Amino acid sequence: MEVLYLLIPIALVLVAVVVAVLCWAVRSGQFDDLVGPAHRILMDEDDEPADDSCNRTRDLGA
Amino acid sequence: MHRVVIDGAAQAMCCPGCAAVAQAIVTAGHTAYYRNRTEVAERREPLPEEINDLFERPSLRDAYVHQCGDGTADSELLIEGITCAACVWLLERQVASLPGVTGVSVNYATHRLQVRWNVRRTNLSAILQAIRDIGYVPHPYNVNNDHALALAARRRQLRRLAIAGLLGMQVMTLSVALYAGAWYGMEAQFRTFFRWVSLFLATPIVLYAAQPFFAAAWRDVKRGAPGMDVPVALGIGLAFLASVRATFNDAGEVYFDSVAMFTFFLLAARYLEFSVRRGALDAVDRLIAASPETALRWHDDGRLERVPALELLAGDVVLLRPGDTVPADGLVVDGQGSIDESLLTGESAPVHKGPGDTLVAGSTSAGNPLRMRVQQCGDHTQLSAIVRLTDRAQREKPRSVEVADRVAVWFVGTVLLLTALAGSYWFSRGEPAWLDIVLALLVVSCPCALSLATPSAITATLNRLLSANILVTRSSSLETLARATHFVFDKTGTLTNTRPALAELKVAAATPPHECRVVAAALEAHSTHPIAQALRDGYEHVAAAVDVAAEPHGLSGVVHGTRFWLGNARYVAGHTGNRPEISPASDESGSVAYLSNAEHVLAVFVFHDRLREHARDVVADLGKRNRQVRLLTGDNRVAAQRVAGKLGIDHVAWELTPQDKLTQVQQLQAHGAIVAMVGDGVNDAPVLAQSQVSIAMGGGAGLAAAQADVVLLGDRLPDLRTAFDAARNTRRVVVQNLSWAVVYNLLAIPAAALGYVPPWLAAIGMSLSSLLVVGNAYRLRFTRF
Repeated sequence: MEVLYLLIPIALVLVAVVVAVLCWAVRSGQFDDLVGPAHRILMDEDDEPADDSCNRTRDLGA
Repeated sequence: MHRVVIDGAAQAMCCPGCAAVAQAIVTAGHTAYYRNRTEVAERREPLPEEINDLFERPSLRDAYVHQCGDGTADSELLIEGITCAACVWLLERQVASLPGVTGVSVNYATHRLQVRWNVRRTNLSAILQAIRDIGYVPHPYNVNNDHALALAARRRQLRRLAIAGLLGMQVMTLSVALYAGAWYGMEAQFRTFFRWVSLFLATPIVLYAAQPFFAAAWRDVKRGAPGMDVPVALGIGLAFLASVRATFNDAGEVYFDSVAMFTFFLLAARYLEFSVRRGALDAVDRLIAASPETALRWHDDGRLERVPALELLAGDVVLLRPGDTVPADGLVVDGQGSIDESLLTGESAPVHKGPGDTLVAGSTSAGNPLRMRVQQCGDHTQLSAIVRLTDRAQREKPRSVEVADRVAVWFVGTVLLLTALAGSYWFSRGEPAWLDIVLALLVVSCPCALSLATPSAITATLNRLLSANILVTRSSSLETLARATHFVFDKTGTLTNTRPALAELKVAAATPPHECRVVAAALEAHSTHPIAQALRDGYEHVAAAVDVAAEPHGLSGVVHGTRFWLGNARYVAGHTGNRPEISPASDESGSVAYLSNAEHVLAVFVFHDRLREHARDVVADLGKRNRQVRLLTGDNRVAAQRVAGKLGIDHVAWELTPQDKLTQVQQLQAHGAIVAMVGDGVNDAPVLAQSQVSIAMGGGAGLAAAQADVVLLGDRLPDLRTAFDAARNTRRVVVQNLSWAVVYNLLAIPAAALGYVPPWLAAIGMSLSSLLVVGNAYRLRFTRF
């Protein structure tokens, strides 16, 4: 069971990495908007935004 | 680009979402919707050129632009008109494509756009123009400290929660091994190793994640009023210290798992509560940002200049075009027009204003252009006064002391006293394990169950209510709502809809009612008066009127070749000489309009406030639950009594100013009433703040909603009953939980004090007790409404 002396420190290092990544994510605002990203993946970035397209929504959107 | 074929023509759509909806409508054979619908695009007046450079004036630039020092500046804009995620994408694309813009991001949840730019290459005005070009309305937003502070606090809380959760999981893993080891036996070297690792992991949880509890406990102690945070801090602190001691001595019990779990659960409950409250803060921001930033100043030589509203001075003359928001308090100089003051007074109909009449900042011009002379501006307007009044009432609000906190003061004192007594007794008896007994006593009485009893039940209810579109902004208000004795309602916007409805149509002999409605709808086709909307309902675009002339009390126009007049009796008589020979059958309340041609009066229309759906049921149900219902309104006696009569409300007061309403509620409170106020307008804000629980309709003014303890986001009155029942359920569960915690402590504490409870049993007892309490609270999440 002496392998525990190796495995547990490895687990601790992993936890440290996860905590560091999480703190970075919080600081860079990844959790500030929890609604938008879910919608954003639906957008096709290759489409050119047409200048008047959103005005048309108001006309025709349901 | 997305296209949908509607009526044989390909129409451009902005996003897959809208395209999908439009396609669904067409496929289902409902294309007629597009032929018949009445609300065509929100068209915005093209803004005059001079507004472009306005934001480069020092007064506005200082208010809205933050200079970063390294040649860049940033600003936050609140965007009006964001309807779907595609708008976010479009906005980001559009702004990022401007030369000199170095960063842009739109928050879909809060509708805020943050932009950073190089001051040498572009300016705020250019960015604003780019946003207007694609059809959105940007409001430069004075980044106040509250918002920045709230964001920082949220991030800090999230970090604490994450650290407590992640490290806590590791501690738990090791604890399972330790518990198993205690049962089946394990090598001493691993036991020691596991304990040291647990100590290493638990230290950040206690020192960093649990830090708010210690800070709050210290504040409480300094104030001399120990609240729930004192036992929490004591529980975490002492359990941790005892575990540290056990680890160093390699003897006794460790409680690292309990420390981690306890901290994590409490932090999670607080984080949820904080997130809910932040939504309410945003509502205030939106109101502030929506008041006009600029106004059209009229110079003596007839020149018009667009100036920042901040720069207006008393004595300035301002031109109000239809749809403009009044930028300051003042008097009408010339022009006739109707002004919508519903935001401020709750008055349902626009008020007609002529020269000499007062205008109040925040109201909207609905009719013809007006010129006004500014009297009060900035902080001296009535709107600001109402905001201040609300602030004050909010501070003076009777604070409801939570049951748990009252118990805690008593409980903490008792436990500490008992621990001290038991400790000194066993110590004087020469008992070697006296410290174990003290620790067992502190751990077994660790107020987990007691301090989780209330927040867990409240959090469960908050989430359940939120999924039913009811926002509770202050958790303590649930308890108060359950105890409320008086429900006080505002009339307009709360019990009735803000728009009147056609209640009665009486026609002169030989005139088909249908014909009268068609003519009336045609005449009113372009009017913004609420009554016009009622007349148009169901008769849009059936006929068209030409040569329409609008006057303060009526209008005339030619429909199918005949001229008609529509207005009050005096207007009709004045223009046609016809006296109405028909009169409305019902009582004289409500507004009346007459339709006449050149020969005689054809019809009379009567309009009433429309009662909200289910208003009667809700009032009756509150009565059934032994709650007194009152109606306080600024409206006149007839309207107030008619509504009260229909709903079966016995206590009615009318023609009240916001100050009168405040006084009435204070009088009720002086007689021991716990008042729940239901309102919607900004004029209700002070009385909402004064009452112990305030409930705002979601469709009402932003300010009222922002100040309210409970917001019915769905704008449905029956939600009030739901919230009330949920509050009573929560109170029942809280009482059950607290009773359990008390019974548990009454059994466990004496046993521990007598030395019958080893610390490991104390830890198990504490955890099970907490689980029971949380489990009981969890039932509330599944309540059916």
